[in-house]
Amino acid sequence: MSPELINLIVQATGETLFMVGIAALLGTVFGLPIGVFLATSRKGELFAAPAVNGVLGVIVNATRSTPFIILVVAIIPFTRLIAGTSIGSTAAIVPLTIAATPFIARLVEAAIREVDAGLIETASSFGASPIQIVFKVLIPEALPGLMLALTLAIVSLLGYSAMVGAVGGGGLGDLGIRYGYQRFMPEMMLAVVVVLIALVQLVQSAGDYLARRVNRRLRQR
Amino acid sequence: MWRASELLCMKAASMNAHQSLAIGQPIETLEAISPAATAADAMVRFENISKTYPAYRGKAGVNALQDIDFAIARGSITGVIGRSGAGKSSLVRLINGLEKPTLGRVIVDGRDISALAGRELRLAQRSIGMIFQHFNLLSSRTAADNIALPLEIAGWTKADIKARVAELLALVGIADKHDRYPSELSGGQKQRVGIARALATRPSVLLSDEATSALDPQTTRAILDLLASINRELGVTIVLITHEMSVVRQLAKEVVVLDAGRVVESGHVADIFTHPRHPITQSFLAEVIGDSLPVSLASRIVPEPVGGGQAVIRVQVRGAGAGDTLVARLARELGLDVSLLSARIDEIGGQHVGSLVLGIPGGEGAATRTLAWLSQHQSPAERLGHVA
Repeated sequence: MSPELINLIVQATGETLFMVGIAALLGTVFGLPIGVFLATSRKGELFAAPAVNGVLGVIVNATRSTPFIILVVAIIPFTRLIAGTSIGSTAAIVPLTIAATPFIARLVEAAIREVDAGLIETASSFGASPIQIVFKVLIPEALPGLMLALTLAIVSLLGYSAMVGAVGGGGLGDLGIRYGYQRFMPEMMLAVVVVLIALVQLVQSAGDYLARRVNRRLRQR
Repeated sequence: MWRASELLCMKAASMNAHQSLAIGQPIETLEAISPAATAADAMVRFENISKTYPAYRGKAGVNALQDIDFAIARGSITGVIGRSGAGKSSLVRLINGLEKPTLGRVIVDGRDISALAGRELRLAQRSIGMIFQHFNLLSSRTAADNIALPLEIAGWTKADIKARVAELLALVGIADKHDRYPSELSGGQKQRVGIARALATRPSVLLSDEATSALDPQTTRAILDLLASINRELGVTIVLITHEMSVVRQLAKEVVVLDAGRVVESGHVADIFTHPRHPITQSFLAEVIGDSLPVSLASRIVPEPVGGGQAVIRVQVRGAGAGDTLVARLARELGLDVSLLSARIDEIGGQHVGSLVLGIPGGEGAATRTLAWLSQHQSPAERLGHVA
């Protein structure tokens, strides 16, 4: 493989990491509070607001059930409004973030719901406010689960980021389609797939490692 | 749990304790003080409490508590005992405002906690500690950091927290577990952390929700001893809810027996368990002293007298020193070779509680004289039958 092609792969990998990194970050910024709220706002819970919880749940489900490629196309005007363009890696961050947010929110909800309800009662018993309970009890106790949730989200985003290549989003997917598929360069297709596999492996291993590090439940000396 | 007059006695007793008079002095001999002081001197007062859980998702509504009206004296150790579903958990959660009564008021340290909400409630909750059956420690925090949590929530400075946590770890006897995570601690050690955490903000009331139910008997004893010393040394009022008679027996001075959401008996542990009236109380007592005969004896008992055999008589033993010399005196005064077939005596609140099963030789006349003698000596007795 020529140095030019290798250069292309390196550049595309950089674009993918950029898109996925920023989308994961923004997805967490929006998804974490939504997930915490979903996990604590049913009847009788910390921030009980069953109606809001219901509406938010429907929105989250609707976004999650829209196929990603349709989402990308459907929100082009919105993407242009935010990013100034609908083409390229920066523009691709918008649909990626919109897809990641509800996904992360549901994973966060599941992780927070895993925390023993007795701990919420305990913190309430010594006069903790709902906000204190979220930051001092729920998030620290759910941290291993949150780490795994974020890992899963990043792996999914790597897959989605390959899809935005189809609409000129740049990155490894874009490279695979333009060179590997349209120019019949199977070695390029293979290289792209290998890099993606390596990235997924890396992210998963790092996520597992971090989740284990913060999990004091299993810790033995 | 005791109405006005008895509460006054408690007040007097605690005053006497302050004046370093004998703490063990019988309460009945103390003078009552004016009724006006009673309200202020109850640490916790339930005023006509009812608690109903509304019907929800197809489940019928539940009357968890009904007509609860009693007081818990400052500095006392009170056991609330009942079977599962008797309403114990609801009752204890009314004290720290985790639950609200449907009717009535709960007064804690002179404040109507059932009327507080939001920030006011959270401030009041800092003076009420609680420990739990399953410890409820944060797995992500070390022992020290778990104890620090209520202090962080109360807004203490880092330096104050550090000093207080060290003090508390020493108080509960696990200073060396400072940096250990809950997963590295035994059940007893976890509950010690729980107790230290509950005491962190220097509460005046400590609530215990089945705190020893997940522990083995030896550890239970150690934890109960710790609670007793905390009550003695810090003057913290302790309210224990439990389904275990042994906990009440070892630790509580006062007891409230709860059944189906109602208080069926309440008073001094010794009084209640030497003269249990309600079937539930009797069944709890039976757990300690047992009311069944040894199998080998029970199988030999026949209803009709047996020639040359013995009448079998069961004597209830109730009260301080009861039964000490009972059999010896009976044998001497009636001139009978009394044999002891079975005996079980335990101590509750300093009072002996149990039963003796005696074999009386000498035919019908001797048996009748024995029953008469026992009745004269305030020892309730019954004839179970005869053995060869």
